[in-house]
Amino acid sequence: MNRLDRIEMGLKKAQIPAFKVGDTVRVSAKVMEGEKERIQVFEGVVIARKGGSHREMVTVRKISFGVGVEKVFPLHAPTMEKIEVVREGRVRRAKLYYLRTKQGKDAKIAEREYTVELSEKGPAAEPEPEPETVKAEKS
Amino acid sequence: MMVQGLIGQKLGMSQIYSENGKIVPVTVIAAGPCRVVLKKTKERDGYEAVQLSFLEVPEKKLSKAERGHLKKANVPFAKHLREFKGDLKAVEVGAVIGADQFQKGELVDVTGTSKGKGFAGVVKLHHFAGGPETHGSMFHRQPGSIGSSSWPSRVRKNKRLPAHMGAEQVTVLGLEVVEVRKDENLLFIRGAVPGFKGSILFIKRSTRK
Repeated sequence: MNRLDRIEMGLKKAQIPAFKVGDTVRVSAKVMEGEKERIQVFEGVVIARKGGSHREMVTVRKISFGVGVEKVFPLHAPTMEKIEVVREGRVRRAKLYYLRTKQGKDAKIAEREYTVELSEKGPAAEPEPEPETVKAEKS
Repeated sequence: MMVQGLIGQKLGMSQIYSENGKIVPVTVIAAGPCRVVLKKTKERDGYEAVQLSFLEVPEKKLSKAERGHLKKANVPFAKHLREFKGDLKAVEVGAVIGADQFQKGELVDVTGTSKGKGFAGVVKLHHFAGGPETHGSMFHRQPGSIGSSSWPSRVRKNKRLPAHMGAEQVTVLGLEVVEVRKDENLLFIRGAVPGFKGSILFIKRSTRK
C-alpha cells in the first residue's frame, strides 16, 4: 500500500453498515434548500455499488408514484447522514440494472437469510420480514 | 509568509469532498519538509532569494561539491535544491519549512516535468487533423506538404514537424489549495499537475489572482 492509499483510507467514513446489492436501504442525506439545510430520506433497492475506498457510490432505486426513480449517493460524503438496512435481498448479480425493465412482480427481490457476517449493524437488525418496498405498480 | 514556494513530490490524484458534499478532484503533494540552505542577498548576489533543499538522501548519493554546499549550511544531505523568493529576515539558514507555508483557498503555480511521450507525429504533437482512415485513403497521419518547390528550395524555419514530445518543464498557473495538512506536510491542490507520481514539483505562490 503506497502513501496515497493510506491517505485515502483516512478519508473513509468510520461507520458504514454492511449492505449488499439487492438490499433495501433507507438513506438520509443532507440537502440544501436555499439557505436551509434539511435531511432527505430516500428508501429503495441498492442496484449498484461502484468504486472503491472513499470513492464508493451507491445507486438506489425506488418506484415513486409509478415512476422509477434512481439516486446515486457518494457513500463517504459528509452530506450522507445515515444509511440503514431495511431488508436484505438475495440476488445473483452485482448490478441490478435489469430491474429498470421489469415491473410489478418481476421486479421483486427475494429475502436473504440473516447472515452472521452482516452482524456489523448490531443486534437491532433482526431478519424480520418487512413489507415489500418495491411495490407492484401499475403504470 | 516566509518563503514564496516549496519543493514537493507528487503522490498522485484523488478526490475529496467539500463541505456541501461536492466531489473535488485533487492532486496530493508531499510538500516539504524543506530546509533553508542559503540566503542570497542583494549585496553579494545581486538579488534576494532563499534556497531550499528537499528529500533527504544518504551521503554517498551526493557529489563532493553538493556535500560541501550542504555541510556549510549544516543541514542534512538532500537531493533537490531550488531558490524561491522570500523574506530574508524571517528565515534562518537550517530552518525547516513545511506545507503550512500555504493556506487553504490560496492559489499556487505548480512547476514540474511533464510525462514523456517519445517521438510524436504531427497529429499528436501539433493537433493536425490527419486524413481519412478508410474509403481508400492512403493519407492517414502524415504531415502532408511541408513547403513549395524551386523557391525557396528549403523548408521554412519553425515548420511544425514530428518531434520529441513531453518530458519538458511545464507550469500550471492558478491552482487552488483545497486542504493543508501541517503535520504530514501534505497539500491537496485542485486539478492536475505535470509529471508522474513521485516526480518533483515546485509549488509557488501564484502570480494569478
